[in-house]
Amino acid sequence: MEKTLIVSKIKNGIVIDHIPAGKALKVLKVLGLRGPEGYRISLVMNVESKKLGRKDIVKIENKYLSRQELSLVALIAPSATINVIKDYEVVEKYKVTLPDMITGLIKCPNPTCISRKRNEPITSKFYVLKKEKIMLECYYCGTMISGEEIEKYITV
Amino acid sequence: MPFAFRDVISILDYSREDLELLFETTDKIRELLGKKSSLNYLNGKIAALLFLEPSTRTMYSFQTAVYRLGGKALVFTSEQATSLAKGENYADTIRMFDSYSDVIIVRSKYEGTARFVAEIAEKPVINGGDGRHEHPTQAMIDLYTIRYFFGRIDGLTIGILGDLKYARTIASLLYGLTLYNPRKVYLISPGVLRLREEVRRKILERNLPITEVSRLDEVIEELDVLYVTRIQKERYPDPIEYEKVKNLYKITPETLTKVKENFKILHPLPKIDEIDPRIDNTKYAGYFQQAKLGVPLRMALLLLVLGLWG
Ligand SMILES: [Zn+2]
Repeated sequence: MEKTLIVSKIKNGIVIDHIPAGKALKVLKVLGLRGPEGYRISLVMNVESKKLGRKDIVKIENKYLSRQELSLVALIAPSATINVIKDYEVVEKYKVTLPDMITGLIKCPNPTCISRKRNEPITSKFYVLKKEKIMLECYYCGTMISGEEIEKYITV
Repeated sequence: MPFAFRDVISILDYSREDLELLFETTDKIRELLGKKSSLNYLNGKIAALLFLEPSTRTMYSFQTAVYRLGGKALVFTSEQATSLAKGENYADTIRMFDSYSDVIIVRSKYEGTARFVAEIAEKPVINGGDGRHEHPTQAMIDLYTIRYFFGRIDGLTIGILGDLKYARTIASLLYGLTLYNPRKVYLISPGVLRLREEVRRKILERNLPITEVSRLDEVIEELDVLYVTRIQKERYPDPIEYEKVKNLYKITPETLTKVKENFKILHPLPKIDEIDPRIDNTKYAGYFQQAKLGVPLRMALLLLVLGLWG
C-alpha cells in the first residue's frame, strides 16, 4: 500500500483507499467535510490501482469514522478500504461494508412512499439486498435503488 | 397459529400451508353461513376500519365481514380524516384507534402505510391496500376463488391482463402465486405497463414461470384463468397510443370463441368497460362469485388473526 501513497504520511487519522476514481469529493461531502471543520485533509485522484485501474485516496488527520459514517462511505464507494493510522502506523485495515438494513441516511425515491409523508414520526429504512454492486429496497414501499442512483437520495 | 395476532401486511409473509389453513377456515365459514346468516364469534369485539383513501368495495366487504361475525366496526374515512384537527398526522389517529379497537384494517394511497401502522399499533393490522404496493386480502380472495372453481391452483395456466405496473392487486396476486406451482403465468400488457422491477425481481427469485406477451389473442386458448384489470387512460403517456391499444385488451364475447371449456375470468372489481357486459351472464364470468367469496374469506381471516378460531 505504501507505494501508492503519493502524499506524505499522517501521524493519526484515517486513509480511505480504493475509492473509485472521481468519487473522492463525494466521499468528503457525505462525511460532511467541507473545510471549515478544520481537519487536515489530503486528497489524491486518479492514481493507478491494480484492483480498480484508477482510484482516489483521501487522508483525514485526527478523524475516525462512526458506524453511520462508514455506511455513508460504503454507499458512495463500496470498494473502499479504511486504514486506521496511529503514530504513523497502520493499526487497523478493513473494507467498508454496509449493514443489512440502513436506517435514515437515504430518502425513498418514491414520492408517495409513507416514509416521505410529512409530519409523521417515520424514518426511512432500506434493506441492503446487494453490498458490492449496491442494491437497496425500501422497507416500506418496496422501491429499489441501485448503483449511481443512490447518491441522489443520500440526505446528509 | 400462523395468523394469531400477526399483522397481515404482505402475502409473502405467509406459506402455502398458512394459506391452506385460511382457505379451509373460509370453507367452514361458508358452510356455517349456509345455515345461519350471522355468527357471533366477534361478540364484544371492535374492528377499526381506517379508509384513508376512498374504496367503497373493500370497505363494505370488511364491514360486512365484521357484522356477520357479530362484531362492531368503527369506520373512519378519508372525508373524516380531512376534518381532523389541522395538521394531525396518521400516527396520532392510529394511536387513538389502537386504543379503541381489537384489530385495525387500513387502506391508504401511500405505499407502505400498513407497515407503518403496524409499527405504531399494538393491535394486529390488516393491510386493506397501500397505494400501488400490495393488497394481500384481495390476493387471498383471488387465490381462493381459483381454488373454488378448479379445486387447485397447481398446474393451471393463468393469464394476468392490464395495468401490471400500477395495479396493486396484481403484485399481491403474483406474490401469492409464487407459493403454488401454476403451469404458466402469462403477463399480458402493453409495453409501457409492464411489471415494476421490484415485483419482477421478487417473483423471478421465487421461480414463478412467467412469460410476458403483449397480445391476449396469442395465449387465450391456453388459459384456465384470465385475471383482468383495467388499463386506465390517465396512466397512459400518450392518449393516441391509448386509443390504439385499448381495444386489444377489451374482453368481448368474440375474444372468447376459442377458450377452454372451464375457462374463467376474474376481476378485482369495480370494472368499467374492460369486460363487455354480455359476458356477465356466461359461464366464463367468475368475477361476481369472486366478489361474493370476499366476505367469508375476510371473516375467516379476522377470526384467525384475532385467535378466535381453532
Ligand atoms: Zn419507500
